[in-house]
Amino acid sequence: MKKSSRAFLVMALPAVALFLVFHTVPALQGVFYSFTDSRGYGSWDFVGFDNYLRLFQDPLVLNSYVFTLLFAVAATVAANVISLLLALGLSANIRFRSFMRSMYFLPAVLSVIVVSYIFNTIFSTGVPQIGKSLGIPWLSTNILGSEDTAWIGIVIVTVWKACATTTVIYIAGLQTIPEDVVEASSLDGVNSWQRFWSITFPLIAPFFTINVVLSFKDFVQVFDQIVALTAGGPGTATQSISFLIYNSGFAGGEFGYQSANAVMYFLVIAVLSAFQLRVLRRREISA
Amino acid sequence: MNNTRTNRVSTWLLTALLAIGGLTIVIPMYFAVVTALKSPSEMRGNLWALPEKWMWSNFSDAIQMTDFFRALTNSLIVTVFSVLFVVITNSLVGYAIARNLHKKLYKGVFVYFLTALFIPFPIVMLPLVKEMAFLKLDNLVGLIILYVVYNLSFNVLLYVGYMSTIPKSLEEAAMLDGAGTFQTFWKVIFPLLAPVNATVAILTGLWAWNDFMLPLVLLSDQSEFTLPLVQNVFQGRFTSQYNLAFSSYLLALTPMLLIYLVFQRWIIGGVMRGAIK
Repeated sequence: MKKSSRAFLVMALPAVALFLVFHTVPALQGVFYSFTDSRGYGSWDFVGFDNYLRLFQDPLVLNSYVFTLLFAVAATVAANVISLLLALGLSANIRFRSFMRSMYFLPAVLSVIVVSYIFNTIFSTGVPQIGKSLGIPWLSTNILGSEDTAWIGIVIVTVWKACATTTVIYIAGLQTIPEDVVEASSLDGVNSWQRFWSITFPLIAPFFTINVVLSFKDFVQVFDQIVALTAGGPGTATQSISFLIYNSGFAGGEFGYQSANAVMYFLVIAVLSAFQLRVLRRREISA
Repeated sequence: MNNTRTNRVSTWLLTALLAIGGLTIVIPMYFAVVTALKSPSEMRGNLWALPEKWMWSNFSDAIQMTDFFRALTNSLIVTVFSVLFVVITNSLVGYAIARNLHKKLYKGVFVYFLTALFIPFPIVMLPLVKEMAFLKLDNLVGLIILYVVYNLSFNVLLYVGYMSTIPKSLEEAAMLDGAGTFQTFWKVIFPLLAPVNATVAILTGLWAWNDFMLPLVLLSDQSEFTLPLVQNVFQGRFTSQYNLAFSSYLLALTPMLLIYLVFQRWIIGGVMRGAIK
């Protein structure tokens, strides 16, 4: 037995050591630098909570939080509504079901950055060409080119990609519903709208929780789409938090300041995740 | 009788609706293919039209511009080794934790890995890049190490969860036969983990192959750039060269598309199981 407990240590400890070196140490360093005026090179001084105080007065930072959170909420709602509908359709009695499922899942295996580059040209040239030939003004301009609409383009690409996985998870949820429950309800003469809200949805509530939490967590970290679609623009309208930290932290010489931003970002995400889980779990229980 | 007819109608109606919805997937792909095959002069015309002349040479031009085969090799190296090391090491760590979860030390290790799930990458990013450069790991080797380490949190959760369904009596029998702990793991446990191993391999493979952010911040040498990274050579070029950009995008997407066509059942199942755990 002694021998096996040593073997278990040999299995686990190297992983702990590597994790410490490549994750915990940089994370703590990030917290450390957040109290300095480091530019990422050269000498630096401690500045106390200065960086944090400045964050609250920085319009660029505030703008990135507002944009990221609104974007994440919009994309989460859109992705989950669409995926739920798709999952219901793809689980129903339809023709070519496995082909349809394969088709809808396809975006999940494609690289976000490449897909975003493709959509960039579709938005900037492809769609306006159609809009002009049909004489529809709002379709004739590049939605990525305007501060008011650029976020919609990012939501579209994000949802296009995210729905694939989210739908599959809802399909898995629908498969857990026993058939006799559905049969019993259809005998009772319940219409399908009522059946969905009083039987199907409560039964897949745990899957709803997983999907909402996972997609929101993904979306608040949005980065690739921003790089390929707008590069944060027009102006700074679509700078997400990750994009701002990357851009100003590396190239902008704001290493210490953006480290403070990253710490703030972590706190915001932690609070939001905890809140989300509480609300959704309570729903599950009461439903 | 009447009922079956309405059923059949609704079946086809729903099928038609889903097929129309599927156009949102097919149309962007169509756009990418026709654009990739057009000549520069056609780039000023209707982008949705089929090419007048099919310019297959676009692909060879794109291959040259991005040094496609070098990037492909880099992506393959990173993906294959990440998947291999992740499956081997993470399952081993998961096993050690799962079988000792009653001990404080291992419980602590488990919680330690799990907390990292809540730490967003940007908080690690800035210091990490300095550290990796300092360690001379700002290269493909470093990238593979990071995939192996960063996958631990989630995979340990998967493995520990699955391991609790495997009865201990199997290992005890093997141990009584004189097999050591490592031997028992490889001979008895690892094969039983096949479904989780598949899930982990698929999720890791998709991540490593498609990831943009980690290679972007980490790799300093352009000759080590992976496929997603080299696509930016087309940014800021003339519109007339978009055809080459699209050829390159298609080339970058093709390997994963082929793998998906062959292994779609596994991939969908793997992603499904990974999310539900």
